[in-house]
Amino acid sequence: MRQCSAIISPLVINKFFASAEAALADIPDGATVMIGGFGNAGMPAALIDALIAQGARDLTIVNNNAGNGDTGLAALLKAKRVKKILCSFPRQADSWHFDALYRAKEIELELVPQGTLAERIRAAGAGIGGFYTPTAFGTRLAEGKETRRIGDRDYVLEFPIHADYALIKADRADRWGNLTYRMTARNFAPIMASAAKCTVVQVRETVELGALDPEMVVTPGIFVKRVVKIAAPLQKAA
Amino acid sequence: MKKLDRNQMAARVARDIPDGSIVNLGIGLPTLVAEHLPKGREIILHSENGVLGIGPRPAPGQEDEDLMNAGKEPVTLLTGGSYFHHADSFAMIRGRHLDFCVLGAFQVAVNGDLANWHTGGADAIPAVGGAMDLAVGAKKVLVMMEHLTKKGESKIVERCTYPLTGARCVNRIYTDLAVIDVKADGLHVVETVDGLSFEELQRLTGVPLKRMLTAA
Repeated sequence: MRQCSAIISPLVINKFFASAEAALADIPDGATVMIGGFGNAGMPAALIDALIAQGARDLTIVNNNAGNGDTGLAALLKAKRVKKILCSFPRQADSWHFDALYRAKEIELELVPQGTLAERIRAAGAGIGGFYTPTAFGTRLAEGKETRRIGDRDYVLEFPIHADYALIKADRADRWGNLTYRMTARNFAPIMASAAKCTVVQVRETVELGALDPEMVVTPGIFVKRVVKIAAPLQKAA
Repeated sequence: MKKLDRNQMAARVARDIPDGSIVNLGIGLPTLVAEHLPKGREIILHSENGVLGIGPRPAPGQEDEDLMNAGKEPVTLLTGGSYFHHADSFAMIRGRHLDFCVLGAFQVAVNGDLANWHTGGADAIPAVGGAMDLAVGAKKVLVMMEHLTKKGESKIVERCTYPLTGARCVNRIYTDLAVIDVKADGLHVVETVDGLSFEELQRLTGVPLKRMLTAA
């Protein structure tokens, strides 16, 4: 038997992108985009800025909130690029851009209880077609939805939320897209990474393959397509 | 009669949280309970945004924007604390792993229905957050609220007029006037503030109250 010659693949896996602009260039109009973060913790600010500059319109956005102040998601809303938002907590002291659009009926809101939002995202990433949750049973957020009594409890049928893109923030990444996070900035990022066809990650630091302890990897690279390093110091509250 | 102020209410709730409990404190008034937990008692605070073991507020200048509670206030992490993602966080809530949650409320009904997320006003922007998950998920749901609205109407009602957060989910109500248990056969007054008689509380409340048989 002849020995095969060693295959040396030119296709080294490298998910690092040179810039946020390059990483988001192909987002089309009408895309569904998940954006990580809970308030400012874990918000991928550089990616959101790049999405604003990129110009895609009629977006459906999935985030826990509906923007704060005048930057980030709030600026994307203000630019009237979002036709619909799925979130659990739009009303905040500084959510004025969302408030104005909502009152003018210029944005559609799908209000989802926070745990149901998380589980619908998780379900999408896990290939689950739907699930029964006790949350919201008997409330107006369950109106029109299928319900079922299982054992001694009542449940509401909920469906997965899939996305075309997820924009998330992590702490460190290697070129395979393995990610670690920092504190409560993790929040929605790991499940959003699994639920989107194309997950783009803003990281504080990129490292050599092997530098991340495999036991400490939170999001394995299988869920990640593109990584952009954004040189920024660790965030400090203003 | 001496109404409890916000700190006294928080201290009263804190007194009932046993050593070793895992507790989620809602945004606003309930968050104040953390500052009144008795020193030396080991109680683990959970927050929806993926943290167990929340410690005290950081010293000025020591805040870290990556470490927040669900109210988006800077917090610290106790030794032994942990971080996790949102789906795991709500698995803890829905999966009945929390011993207590403490929630604010607009109204609580005699049957334990809770309304705390929406005034129902046509122009009001709704926001639900994790309240509906906490209402169905925590082993015990404690409500902390003023007994009366600013207009003097009872917030404990026959039926909630505001949209529900959860049906038949409240176990105990702490107000600035009384502590009241919600049971299958109605509302049982556990205690009233100094100088407030059961009869006067009944008059202010407007729905039938029962005297706790073994009142403290």
